[in-house]
Amino acid sequence: MKVTEVLGRTDYRLISELIPNGAKVLDLGCGDGALLEWLKTHKQVEARGVELKRELVQRAIARGVTVYQGNLEESLKDYPDNAFDYVILSQTLQETLQPLLVLKEMLRIGKHAIVAFPNFGHWRVRLSHLFSGRAPKTHLFPFDWYDSPNVHFLTVIDFEELIRKQGWHVERRYFAAGHWAGSMAPNLFAEIAVYLFRPAP
Amino acid sequence: MIVETQFTLVPSLTLDVGETLKDVTVAYQTYGSLNSDRTNAILIEHAFTGDAHAAGIDHEGKPGWWANMIGPGKAFDTDRYFVICSNVLGGCRGTTGPSSINPATGQPYGLRFPGITISDMVRLQKALIDFLGIPKLLAVAGGSMGGMQVLEWAVAYPEAVEACLPIATTARHSAQQIAFNETGRQAIMADPDFHAGDYYDKTPPARGLSVARMVGHITYMSDESMREKFGRRLRDKQNFGYDFEVDFEVESYLRYRGSQFVGRFDANSYLYITKAMDYFDLSAGFPSLAASLERARSRFLVISFTSDWLYPSYQSQEMVNALRGRNHDVTYCELSSNYGHDAFLVDVGEQTEIVRGFLARCVREFRPLEVLR
Repeated sequence: MKVTEVLGRTDYRLISELIPNGAKVLDLGCGDGALLEWLKTHKQVEARGVELKRELVQRAIARGVTVYQGNLEESLKDYPDNAFDYVILSQTLQETLQPLLVLKEMLRIGKHAIVAFPNFGHWRVRLSHLFSGRAPKTHLFPFDWYDSPNVHFLTVIDFEELIRKQGWHVERRYFAAGHWAGSMAPNLFAEIAVYLFRPAP
Repeated sequence: MIVETQFTLVPSLTLDVGETLKDVTVAYQTYGSLNSDRTNAILIEHAFTGDAHAAGIDHEGKPGWWANMIGPGKAFDTDRYFVICSNVLGGCRGTTGPSSINPATGQPYGLRFPGITISDMVRLQKALIDFLGIPKLLAVAGGSMGGMQVLEWAVAYPEAVEACLPIATTARHSAQQIAFNETGRQAIMADPDFHAGDYYDKTPPARGLSVARMVGHITYMSDESMREKFGRRLRDKQNFGYDFEVDFEVESYLRYRGSQFVGRFDANSYLYITKAMDYFDLSAGFPSLAASLERARSRFLVISFTSDWLYPSYQSQEMVNALRGRNHDVTYCELSSNYGHDAFLVDVGEQTEIVRGFLARCVREFRPLEVLR
């Protein structure tokens, strides 16, 4: 059974394909621990999570996931260097206050980072903005500007540029929209981008 | 289920202070049954004034102090787990303490009882666990002072505990916590009936002990829970009395709790056990709290409560961050409750769910002793 059948989230399926058996995994913003539970059961990973919302933390604990209730950005500094094989940040980068700091910390405490984010360059977002003349609203970005958790909007090109500037090494890239996964003009067609990368050698 | 308190005798116990106690009695109760491979034992640690009667009903019909958490189908499910609870060293509910007879003199110890620490309490519990023939506990759990003992277990016997559940507690007593304890001690020692602790054949220092308990009770509640429970309601009267008798409900409640306490607790035990808490600092002798937790091998579930101002969440977070700093398997949740420090005893709905899930995982991922070695 694919993760997506359990979870119905494209980035979960992609992430599960990237993580080898028995890895040590930290999931930042792990929600109710569904992904970590799946990885524990099917990939025998050593799973840890960080989540801020109390109700989600309680659900994660009840399902047997190791989770820390706390602020993602503040929690990172406590972990020692290279504590994990993979550090996952799924659909949360755009909500962090200091994305670059978060990414650097991920690469300090983990050997690899996996980041999934909604692509603000998707054609629907562009059209929404172009024709409405208002802050874009699509099914990926369903919020009004005043109650959106998203504080940093980024596109595939933006992220590629950051990776290049930082000298990080991209190991895998996945672009997906609905059931489509491909690499053609991802900045236009990808709704979700998933990057597996590691620090400069 | 009617439960019996059992007793075992530990011939000798060496204390942190350097003295050795002879013929130490340990009072304990057990619930459920030990499985054949002896991997389902959970040690419950009581808080300051608790005792071995944690679950079930005793002969007087009194339920255990954590009966809402321990029992068939409860968080500590006695259909699955073998649960043990013992009265602490220095206590007055069956285990040797200052009110016990000193075998050397034939008289109660009183203040001649040696000073004790949390780690002394845990050393005595280890003797009990050895006596019961349990090589490794599935879990050690407790709130408040019980949580301090849990933390001590984690570092004193790291391979003998699969999982630690320190609840509403701290890795070191703060100035505020010491201050409240000292207020209680001074109330007891200022009582003319105290007689330097030698009151066992006289009137006990009931007024001092009662005031100490009243102060304690205030710290166990929250502003909100007191407002809800008492408000400014008057007790059996329409107008103020202007006579320093009970006017308010809250006064009546505290007086009742204080006087009730005198009947079941020994003033000298109050002094010794509060000092043991005040001395507690897991990081003593280490460069940092994280360094002191280096030895731990257990999985941790740390729980704090939003309205607990006696053992505030920051103290739990401090230990959790130290554990994360050493890459330990630590789960942390701050549960929402209005009940203050008492929440771990009375507001147990959500606590039950997470303890149940956590324990189930610890059963699945239990590492037998030989694997760790």
